[in-house]
Amino acid sequence: MTAAGEMTGGRSDAAAPAAIELRGISKAFGPVQANRNINLRVPKGTIHGIIGENGAGKSTLMSILYGFYRPDAGEILVNGQPIAITDSQTAIRAGIGMVFQHFKLVQNFTVLENVILGAEDGALLRPSLSKARGVLKQLAQEYQLNVDPDERIEELSVGHQQRVEILKALYRQADILILDEPTGVLTPAEADHLFRILEGLRDEGKTIILITHKLREIMDITDNVSVMRRGEMVASVKTAETDPEELAELMVGRKVLLNVEKAPATPTKPVLQVEGLRMIDDDGVERLRGIDLQIRAGEILGLAGVSGNGQTQLLEILGGYPPKGSKVEGTVTMNGAPLPLSGRGCDAASRRRAGMGHIPEDRQVEGLIMDFAAWENVAFGWQDAPEFNRGWLMDNAAIRSDAADKMERFDVRPRNPNLAARNFSGGNQQKIVVAREIERNPDLLLIGQPTRGVDIGAIEFIHKRIVELRDAGKAILLVSVELDEILSLSDRVAVMFDGRIMGERDPASTTTGELGLLMAGVTDTKNTPDDQGIPPEHAHVDGLPQEPR
Amino acid sequence: MDKMPKWADVILTPLISLVLAMAISALVILAIGESPWEAMKTMVQGALGSSYGWGFTLYYATNFIFTGLAVMVAYHASLFNIGGEGQAAMGGLGVALALLYIPLPHWALALPVAMVGAAILGAAWAFIPAILQAKRGSHIVITTIMFNFIAAAALNYVLVRLLRPVGSMDPASARFPEATNLPSLSDAFASIGIEWGRNTPANVTFFIALLACLLVWLLIWRTRMGYEIRALGKSEPGAVYAGISPVRITVIAMLISGGLAGMMAINNVMGEAERLVLNAVEGAGFIGIAVALMGRNHPFGVLLAALLFGFLYQGGGELALWTSIPRELIIVIQALVILFTGALDNMVRMPLERLFLRLRRKEVAE
Repeated sequence: MTAAGEMTGGRSDAAAPAAIELRGISKAFGPVQANRNINLRVPKGTIHGIIGENGAGKSTLMSILYGFYRPDAGEILVNGQPIAITDSQTAIRAGIGMVFQHFKLVQNFTVLENVILGAEDGALLRPSLSKARGVLKQLAQEYQLNVDPDERIEELSVGHQQRVEILKALYRQADILILDEPTGVLTPAEADHLFRILEGLRDEGKTIILITHKLREIMDITDNVSVMRRGEMVASVKTAETDPEELAELMVGRKVLLNVEKAPATPTKPVLQVEGLRMIDDDGVERLRGIDLQIRAGEILGLAGVSGNGQTQLLEILGGYPPKGSKVEGTVTMNGAPLPLSGRGCDAASRRRAGMGHIPEDRQVEGLIMDFAAWENVAFGWQDAPEFNRGWLMDNAAIRSDAADKMERFDVRPRNPNLAARNFSGGNQQKIVVAREIERNPDLLLIGQPTRGVDIGAIEFIHKRIVELRDAGKAILLVSVELDEILSLSDRVAVMFDGRIMGERDPASTTTGELGLLMAGVTDTKNTPDDQGIPPEHAHVDGLPQEPR
Repeated sequence: MDKMPKWADVILTPLISLVLAMAISALVILAIGESPWEAMKTMVQGALGSSYGWGFTLYYATNFIFTGLAVMVAYHASLFNIGGEGQAAMGGLGVALALLYIPLPHWALALPVAMVGAAILGAAWAFIPAILQAKRGSHIVITTIMFNFIAAAALNYVLVRLLRPVGSMDPASARFPEATNLPSLSDAFASIGIEWGRNTPANVTFFIALLACLLVWLLIWRTRMGYEIRALGKSEPGAVYAGISPVRITVIAMLISGGLAGMMAINNVMGEAERLVLNAVEGAGFIGIAVALMGRNHPFGVLLAALLFGFLYQGGGELALWTSIPRELIIVIQALVILFTGALDNMVRMPLERLFLRLRRKEVAE
């Protein structure tokens, strides 16, 4: 591995000016040194990955490049020319375009209106609009960036909204495109499509900087990769000359187990039994079309599938809160007792009393109250537990001490129970949720996307805890869109597609290719060899239904 | 990381806002050819310079404490209850009905009964908007403000047609029985030999208001109900995940809010007027919004803000009485205080935050 800073590149790289070169960039926010002496060289016409854990300083660095922050020290060169990027307008003029993690689109404007917003040619809109229409058509042909220019943003799927962001940048003639965690909100199929667009752009000579914390994306698509850790650039290498294990170690600063070590499961009695579960939502769409599942004590059932195929609804129904206005049919029994699916007794509190734990898919919206302190969040969902109450009042002292203990055991950093949940990184937020739910020792634990937006070090830790709970003889339902996670954690894998369970496989003997076909709705996978046009390491399938709007 | 220390957030920011509002008020007074210094002196003298002034200031403050607490409790459930005016008016009806129709021999007995009456009618008036919001999603701002008008019209009818004593031409109820009249603060002080605030409307309700501050604080930050109210206020999906019923908590929070607003009637109807008159609330319900806003939705803040607005009310009245500053200008001054402490809060807050960040960075650098 090369030393920090210098790009491993031949003479030819060094001769041509790099699209972007950063020299000694530093930036501090109060006492926090977000970036420290960053050197980076991004050659023209390449896809350059920047990888690092949450809070490593990636987003700060890119914000400096886009003019949101001024660096405390250092120099930025674009195409060999030193440039002071004072605001985003300067950045745009220098040919830098940015696609944010959270899109900056006007929801009730059309695609066309969003594209010209801020780049209108004059006071009248019509000339700009017709010009943009032409440009969009051309871009669509060149890069497969197909979006209906007259559709309103709120009518578009997330993947298409992202395309609009890219189109906005290209319309402003960006040569250098920065994408901040672009796949965080995408389905695997959408992510795949995005990568093909990016490759097309690169082949046309554009330079792309991809910020992510997903190793697989880096390995799949980038030419070079730089690793950040705690505000410093610790390495820059050619992607072909490295591997995920090495990158993970560089990111975290120690050896990381990417695969979970676990003994074979010893399942016993059935804990959860789901029969003929159907759900029709308030739009009259059948989201679940007859789900049958069984989970036994001491096993992890992995539920794979492209997001938006009913997993969320299944978790919500099992968790006691079916979506508003929905109609639910079927039977669900837990430990032999039927669970109510509507009306009285169908709420999350009753489920918890019945011995269920639930790590929800979205920790920021459901699992935590972001403005509550960490200690208050430790009681969240368990606020009526006897040990947290003393007569009329809540026993805040007991909750605080429980929180301190849990944070200690789960290594939540910083170890400050008084800090609001929103001030923790994604991984540490998730650790608070996981600690709260797992340490209740539930008979059944529902888990949705346990490691979404969580850094590698924390993923390893959370996976270990989940396996420990299984080994303690508990039943676990694991829903994840990360196929790797499903395969390495589960004892059985069921695949969900369009509200149905398409089939169940043994993770030891199945392949990502086979699961990919199931995820695409193909049931007959018995005679299908792996090389059916789906690269095994992808398992992303095209032609899937789009995310529901 | 917090952007600035808590004391700066809670005390310094509103204080600077207040000074700014006063500075602009001074300019306005200068512009109409009066002396801001004299005006200030008149206000302070009139509101705080004598026990007489204090008697009025505390009376107004008591009203604002109840309506401020009402707005605050609903706000924690992320409900913007601007129906305090109507709920307080209905609370007045509750007091009147209790005192006129239940024979009560002593004020100490009448007080709890009247409190219950006020709270029940105030809460009932909040219940309908609450249930509409919880079950039907009708926006609480719209419904509560409409209910203010309904309350005013309903009270008009009740006073003119039902409660008006035979032979009276005044749209007001009969006087409450003498035995139920609350001791004024001056009576209370007199009983321990201190002469204080004679002929002022301040009465023992002030202590009930203080107690209400404490109880609301306990409710919001120390009870499970408060925890659930705050959780719902921050995130409804989160609350549902945690087994908290949004319908139940919405209704309960509004009932408590309406009950608090209704209890204001103990002060103005039972304590001061000693009968129910038309438009007894006199805008205190709306002042409660500003009080809660300025008080940062904390009972202690509400108490301080209510005292400030009590001062502005009483001082403003004095200003109109003793100077040639027109009555309308007092409303301008009060509006400026609301504008700066409530609406323009971020104007002061953001530069302050930047200042504190810079100070902190310097500390670290050294």
